[in-house]
Amino acid sequence: MAYSDKVIDHYQNPRNVGSFGTSKDVQTRTDVGVGIVGAPECGDVMQLQIKVSANGVIEDAKFKCFGCGSAIASSSLATEWIKGKTVDEALTIKNTQIVEELSLPPVKIHCSVLAEDSIRTAIDDWKKKNGVATNAATGAAANAH
Amino acid sequence: MAATTPVYMDNAATTRCDPRVVEAMLPFFTENYGNSSSRNHSFGWVAEEGVEHAREQAAALIGATAKEIIWTSGATEGNNLAIKGAAHMYAKAPEGQPNRGHIITAVHEHKAVLDPCKRLQREGFEVTFLEPKADGVITAAQVKAAMRPDTILVSIMWANNEIGTINEVPEIGKLCHERDVIFHTDATQWVGKMPTDVERDHIDLLSWSGHKIYGPKGVGALYVRRRKPRVRLEATIDGGGHERGMRSGTLNVTGIVGFGKACELCKTEMDRDGERLLKLRRKLEGELSKRIEVTQVNGHAEKRLPHICNISFGFVEGESLLMGIKDIACSSGSACTSASLEPSYVLKSLGVGDELAHSSLRLSLGRWTTEEEVDYVIEKIAKAVEHLRTMSPLYDLHKEGIDISKIQWQTH
Repeated sequence: MAYSDKVIDHYQNPRNVGSFGTSKDVQTRTDVGVGIVGAPECGDVMQLQIKVSANGVIEDAKFKCFGCGSAIASSSLATEWIKGKTVDEALTIKNTQIVEELSLPPVKIHCSVLAEDSIRTAIDDWKKKNGVATNAATGAAANAH
Repeated sequence: MAATTPVYMDNAATTRCDPRVVEAMLPFFTENYGNSSSRNHSFGWVAEEGVEHAREQAAALIGATAKEIIWTSGATEGNNLAIKGAAHMYAKAPEGQPNRGHIITAVHEHKAVLDPCKRLQREGFEVTFLEPKADGVITAAQVKAAMRPDTILVSIMWANNEIGTINEVPEIGKLCHERDVIFHTDATQWVGKMPTDVERDHIDLLSWSGHKIYGPKGVGALYVRRRKPRVRLEATIDGGGHERGMRSGTLNVTGIVGFGKACELCKTEMDRDGERLLKLRRKLEGELSKRIEVTQVNGHAEKRLPHICNISFGFVEGESLLMGIKDIACSSGSACTSASLEPSYVLKSLGVGDELAHSSLRLSLGRWTTEEEVDYVIEKIAKAVEHLRTMSPLYDLHKEGIDISKIQWQTH
């Protein structure tokens, strides 16, 4: 599989790797939205955490990713793009933009879809925690039980 | 001495052609270029001599006689000819009718065995696909339990190409001979690396390939037993009646000469190579397991080829790991490296979870693998796994003490 230079760059120098606390901590924090999408048996799990101000601006974003190079690059890129945006602006990001930016081949399009899903899921989580009406959630965050 | 990169650790995929093999082949391109079937001139005779000498060399490697060797284009063709050829020859009912006979194979065989078996299923044969236990080994007891009065053929590989596990082939062969069932083994990863004796080990049909034993690509051999019992096959390629009518077509003289030389070299060097590679493989597995937590070596601990290591690193996806070690040539069982987007069916058959199958690497050593290379690979993998785990949400959950298998994931 030949990767584009941008994918390789994100893989080698991922932007915004990390989290705002353990999975338990962030569950209760109302300024943090969490999106975990994918599944280990599918070979992709993306975790996106956003720190949102009271007026709905994404002040910071962190990701973690179990997945191929394209999945890592897609989630790394997603954090770059959403930082500084309002949650509503962030929701306009489409997976096709990620495909274009990273020159993903057709077999890797699902990585960009996951990245878009992780943004939606994280924002939905923040909205729910703050009593803001959400659009229909595209996927439920993973719940430990 | 440092290893020179890239490091080649994909010898189960293919091997470097030994320079001594190339040397033996060269005159057959430009000087002795005759067709070995040309019986009326010296060009043909010299080519035929080359082919027959190679047949002796190939037979000697497996304890057969030269007449029992049929040249093929490789193990895929050998497997097809053996399985379809035997099934059609020993069928219990003619084409178009049901209940044509029962065949036994295993779910984690190579596709070159599985796909011919599936075709036979569509043609009215019944096939049992045995499932290995967690160690990956197919036992004679399993084959025995699957045997039926109408069983005509058993095809069990000698050693698995992904995990290197060794099946109970001599015992299975003995069982087949007691019951007059034809026994085929795909010995592609075994022959040339491990001592083989088709008489002692009760083999009727055995396929192998040149390019896995430091010979050229595009040439292979099928052993077809001639006595006790005399095994007959229906040809899959018809034509000029070459190779006792079992495989027509002008012989690949240069390839065959190279194949013969490769067999000869393996016969004399396999003990030394095997001992050396086993030491290196143990070091590789030992060090990786010691330095990286949640690491699992796949397949039976002992019943495994000396040169194949299949290892899973938890919480890290295989393709991204390959990306982090891109100057090491090896394979992964990750879905992302396959066309089908499914993780390795071989690892899945062992009950290795999908997640660990996605996290697996196959490192396979060969005649030119050095200890420096092994050291380099250990360092490089340890570093790449560490890098990826800093990014892995699964590793975080693991450290928090959460069992990721108990999480309900949102699957696509």
